[in-house]
Amino acid sequence: MELLDRLEMAEVEETLKRLQSQKRVQVIMVVNTEGIPIKSTMDNPTTTQYANLMHNFILKAWSTVREIDPQNDLTFLQIRSKKNEIMIAPDKNYFLIVIQDPTE
Amino acid sequence: MPQKQPPRRQSISVGRGTRKRDEDSGTEVGEGTDEWAQSKATVRPPDQLELTDAELKEEFTRILTANNPHAPQNIVRYSFKEGTYKLIGVVNQLAVHFSQVGNLIPKDSDEGRRQHYRDELAASSQESTKVVISETEILEEEEELKETEAETEAGSQTDMPVAEVAEKVTEEELMTPKQPKERKLTNKFNFSERASQTLNNPLRDRECQMEPPPRTNFSATANQWEIYDAYVEELEKQEKTKEKEKAKTPVAKKMGKMAMRKMTSMESQSDDITKVTQAAKIVERMVNQNTYDDVAQDFKYYEDAADEYRDQEGTLLPLWKFQNDKAKRLAVTALCWNPKYNDLFAVGHGSYDFMKQSQGMLLLYSMKNPSFPEYIFSSESGIMCLDMHVDHPYLVVVGHYDGNVAIYNLKKPHSQPSFRSSAKSGKHTDPVWQVRWQKDDMDNNLNFFSVSSDGRIVSWTLLKSELVHTDVIKLKAEGSTTDGLDGLQLHTMGCGTAFDFHKEIDYMFLVGTEEGKIYKCSKSYSSKFLDTYDAHNMAVDAVSWSPYHTKVFMSCSSDWTVKIWDHTIKTPMFIYDLNSAVGDVAWAPYSSTVFAAVTTNGKTHVFDLSINKYEAICSQPVVTKKKNKITHVQFNPIHPIIIVGDDRGHVICLKLSPNLRKMPKAQSRPSPPGVRAGQREEVQLPEE
Repeated sequence: MELLDRLEMAEVEETLKRLQSQKRVQVIMVVNTEGIPIKSTMDNPTTTQYANLMHNFILKAWSTVREIDPQNDLTFLQIRSKKNEIMIAPDKNYFLIVIQDPTE
Repeated sequence: MPQKQPPRRQSISVGRGTRKRDEDSGTEVGEGTDEWAQSKATVRPPDQLELTDAELKEEFTRILTANNPHAPQNIVRYSFKEGTYKLIGVVNQLAVHFSQVGNLIPKDSDEGRRQHYRDELAASSQESTKVVISETEILEEEEELKETEAETEAGSQTDMPVAEVAEKVTEEELMTPKQPKERKLTNKFNFSERASQTLNNPLRDRECQMEPPPRTNFSATANQWEIYDAYVEELEKQEKTKEKEKAKTPVAKKMGKMAMRKMTSMESQSDDITKVTQAAKIVERMVNQNTYDDVAQDFKYYEDAADEYRDQEGTLLPLWKFQNDKAKRLAVTALCWNPKYNDLFAVGHGSYDFMKQSQGMLLLYSMKNPSFPEYIFSSESGIMCLDMHVDHPYLVVVGHYDGNVAIYNLKKPHSQPSFRSSAKSGKHTDPVWQVRWQKDDMDNNLNFFSVSSDGRIVSWTLLKSELVHTDVIKLKAEGSTTDGLDGLQLHTMGCGTAFDFHKEIDYMFLVGTEEGKIYKCSKSYSSKFLDTYDAHNMAVDAVSWSPYHTKVFMSCSSDWTVKIWDHTIKTPMFIYDLNSAVGDVAWAPYSSTVFAAVTTNGKTHVFDLSINKYEAICSQPVVTKKKNKITHVQFNPIHPIIIVGDDRGHVICLKLSPNLRKMPKAQSRPSPPGVRAGQREEVQLPEE
């Protein structure tokens, strides 16, 4: 079991590293369900700000989806703006936030 | 009193009467009376009786009685006895002039005695206090005597003899010192109120305050999903209790508890990061989609408009390129699309080079994530072939260069292959060139076939986690039985390099050999071939039955040719020369006349027999570097794309342009027997 966990951890770490090395990916953040950032590639104040703002938004979106159909669940959230694209993948315990530059 | 005037004529008791001279005369006083009387003329009231002198001198006798003039003289009472009114003899003549209720009480009455007693006590107390001073005593006695006298006189109506008084005094002397003071009787004349204020004690507040209980704000919303979640939780709880009831063994319980404890402790220990795996996966895909956005768009929507003008030609649009660092040095030796998930495909890596044999890899990519494979497996020996089970898309069977076969279970991505053959369990002695899943046998065991250069076609069955092999056929090179020593007949084995099972006729399959022959075999006959085709001059690289034509199959070889056969005819129907060794051929799943072939010069050829029987409608170099040889090609069952693998470990995904995807026209007349729906009319045999 422990071995599996360690492998999983390594795998996830690797995945995150790959994500970071992808073209035009600017920021990767892991935020817990209360809006507290756990991991981030950005400096602390900006991270906190992002985490707070995102948290409200995510909860609203999730609540909306489930309100319409409680059996439904939010799998992915994407905010595309002029300058960048914020992608949020909600999980049971955490939110993974990736900010990418969408210019083609 | 002065002399009265002439006698009154009225009785004394009568107060009644008019005002008379009597009153005037009554007021006469002293000396002045005479004068007054004289000066004053007698006033006569007008109604006075006028009497003569004789009448005036007449004497009347008046008798003074004690009768009450107001009392009635004859009172009559009704007597019930006699029934008549009777005269009462004596009438009460008592007239009460004045009555007043006094506050004197008789001495002998209760109240009187009580008062007397009280007075005596009071007196004796006074005496006792002044016993010390003798003088005062005597005085007191005297005083007391006087007091008692006065009291007795006041308090009684009868006269008390002095002796009695003296007795009382002695009695008082003997009395106990305890005495209440003289009590003043209060009445409305004898009442005084006296009030006094006591000292008000200063008031003090005493309070006690406890620490307030901790308070938190609680707020919640009642949403549709909250209600739903609550219900689901409740359901789960109920189910759990049911399960617990069912599985009621104490040992199991203990085990369960231990496991639970372990689980919980493990969960708390494990790092937070692991729980983001799912999210990370999704994000990676999205990021890739953004990165390769144009490619994704092309994949979905791009249709080469120029195909309208190119009458009989098509193009292949390169989409994604899949590669992995670990498999950089390894060639792509096998490609297979997953039957269930149309975006998932498996790539087997190994090496065709006899000299340079290293490890092997099995990678599974998804089109959704072109940058990294979904699953990675590595093995010691190069992978030469693979196949995915149709019913169990998570089972992948793999054939190795060292002759082993293995089954990987995708549900357990971290483990080694679930099942593996070994030297004991009958592995091949030469590289396994092709493996194919078969339908589950009668006992519902999985089984597959493999063909190898050692000339054996082996059927493997998975029996309760063990691979059991059965030699189906031993390929004997025909005409090669030589007489050896002692009359033994040695058979040189043919080397199987490819095989394919018929789509409908289950037991029939084709085997291609290194010598260039193709044998049609049956599962039931182990030694005899159903048919033999002299197909090629060099080794047969691939054979493939047409998915639509039940009689047609195709073969390709390193002798630069692709041949299409009808299995009833010994000679091929079509021969195509492609100027380079052909690595692989594949039929298109959407059309019976389309197929693709890849050559070692890096070109991909697509043929459509309905458009052009003699030439490819598309010949396109798809690999960047010139020395790159393409090894395999596969059509995607659903999407109009093909994947092409080269010997540098890259897999390129290409989109077929519309010309290459021409679907057959709907059949106007009923299809002849032996021809599956959706296929073209029988193509005429070309001239050789």
